[in-house]
Amino acid sequence: MSLLPPKADTASPSTALGVVWHKHRKNWRQTTLFMVLLCVCIALVLNSFRLQRLGVHLVYSFCVGFSCWGINNLAHLLLAWGGDRWRAAKGLAPSGRGWEHWRGVWPALLLGFVFGPSLGLTIADTITGFKSASLLDFDSSSTRFTLVISLVGSLVALWAISNIQSLSSARAEAEAAQRQAAETQLRLLQSQLEPHMLFNTLANLRVLIGLDAARAQLMLDRLISYLRATLTASRTALHPLATEFERIGDYLALMGVRMGPRLAVELDLPAALRELPVPPLLLQPLVENAIQHGLEPHVQGGRISVRAHVQGQQLVLSVRDTGSGLRQGAAQPGTGFGLAQVRERLTTLHGSRASLVLTPEPDAEGGTLVTVTLPLP
Amino acid sequence: MNPRALIAEDEPLLAAHLQSELARLWPELHIAASVGDGQQAATQALALRPEVCFFDIRMPGASGLEAAQAMAEDWSEGTPFPLLVFVTAYDDYALQAFAAQAVDYLVKPVDGAKLAACVARLKAALASRAPPAAALEATLAQLRGLLGNTAPVAPRLAVIQAQVGAVVHLVPVEDVIYFEAADKYVRVITAEREHLIRLSLRELLPQLDGQRFWQVHRGTVVQASCISSARREESGKVTLHLRGRAETLTASRLYAHLFKGM
Repeated sequence: MSLLPPKADTASPSTALGVVWHKHRKNWRQTTLFMVLLCVCIALVLNSFRLQRLGVHLVYSFCVGFSCWGINNLAHLLLAWGGDRWRAAKGLAPSGRGWEHWRGVWPALLLGFVFGPSLGLTIADTITGFKSASLLDFDSSSTRFTLVISLVGSLVALWAISNIQSLSSARAEAEAAQRQAAETQLRLLQSQLEPHMLFNTLANLRVLIGLDAARAQLMLDRLISYLRATLTASRTALHPLATEFERIGDYLALMGVRMGPRLAVELDLPAALRELPVPPLLLQPLVENAIQHGLEPHVQGGRISVRAHVQGQQLVLSVRDTGSGLRQGAAQPGTGFGLAQVRERLTTLHGSRASLVLTPEPDAEGGTLVTVTLPLP
Repeated sequence: MNPRALIAEDEPLLAAHLQSELARLWPELHIAASVGDGQQAATQALALRPEVCFFDIRMPGASGLEAAQAMAEDWSEGTPFPLLVFVTAYDDYALQAFAAQAVDYLVKPVDGAKLAACVARLKAALASRAPPAAALEATLAQLRGLLGNTAPVAPRLAVIQAQVGAVVHLVPVEDVIYFEAADKYVRVITAEREHLIRLSLRELLPQLDGQRFWQVHRGTVVQASCISSARREESGKVTLHLRGRAETLTASRLYAHLFKGM
């Protein structure tokens, strides 16, 4: 079971080339806009020296800037592609998180810096008709000027673009986590508002209204508080253990009306533990499992016991049924969602200090025992 | 003689209510028994031979559908097969199947008007009943339709893993001659020996290739290529002789249609 929400990228490419390409494609609007602004700024700085007209500065600035950027991007993609080939040749699985992914930035930057200015100057010379000094002529002040500006520009561009990219991937991760949380919430609701349970409860209620109105009213109150708890339970805040037991009591009372003498219930909460804070409805899926998979399909029915006690510095909560046990042809095979969900909440809240243990047939009475251990506050 | 009914419903209040509503809407109907699980539903139906059965779908022991299957397989000729009414709280999948097979069903909570309509249908069906053999054949056809409509296919099993103490025996499915339900286990029979696996036939079935493994009885699934001959008996059942095993198997009437000359 994964304990953390998976870092789902919108489309998760598995090769280095895929990752690099995906990054560039995803952010091209922001990075292009940034490059335009950077080039305009450099042109304005150059213009302040009054060497040429602004238009000429703009042409040179854009040509050099976009040449550096283009070569840099091309080199990065080529390096990623080379990395993929290298991995394939060595028989390794393709990886989107390999060295090319982040280390490739530096050689790519260097290549852009080395070849970008000369390419840019050549293009700009063609456009303007001027003749720039050769970039190998280090004595020329214009060469040094061009190289310094390109270097500063490249570093600023690298810093800004990597910021843009990490910002956008952080946003994508946050969105994925949010989507995941919403899906879990929906599945939780679906599993708790199980239509079979709901309609059978309503059918019983309908009969009870005619037979025993007072009891029907009590049952309706239980159903209301069950529904309210299920629909409004916050997934983060804590509530007292006594309230947790009351909610379990609601559900078991409803099941008691439905199953009649086939269901015996034991709730054991020592008075000293009543106020201990616990995550809301933590035990609910375990109790529902015990009923749906343990006692409901069991011809003789049986007993469910929910207990709380303290052991050292730990709070131990147990849900035990004497039903049909773990895998004996349950009428409705479970999805494991309830257990996974409880485990995940425990891990999120307490890490390795909390645990959930499932014990099939704990004693001669058979059935299943689930024990949840969590640290005392 | 007044018609008699059997009610199978695991929730006591709902069973009592159905009984009282039937008493109001159909006073002549005598409730022969009211049971709370699927196994008893089949045994009581076979013992009491009622005219009408109201079966809840989700019951402990066996589902209402499985109870009907057991009844149909073991029903002896002579008395007409009961009219079946399935009752369910919510089961989208089953309801579609019922509608497709024209099987009578009620949705819980059962209201008076729907039950009255159902009673009218049942009365009309009882008045114009086909001869027992034809009625049984029609029910068998409906049940075949319902049972064939099983849940989504699980991944195919290639090897059966049977544990005996600390040893796990691996049996390739193609070596299995037949599977037989034995209480909460399934016996796995090959030419040489047999194994027990802790799995119900119901759980196993969706994992087998239906072209290769044929269900011939509610408790038996046999590899088709291991059947050497099939002999139709007077009772409508079919006796199967096997390659590699001396014993014979019985195919129930529900599955007898699988065996006919080409």
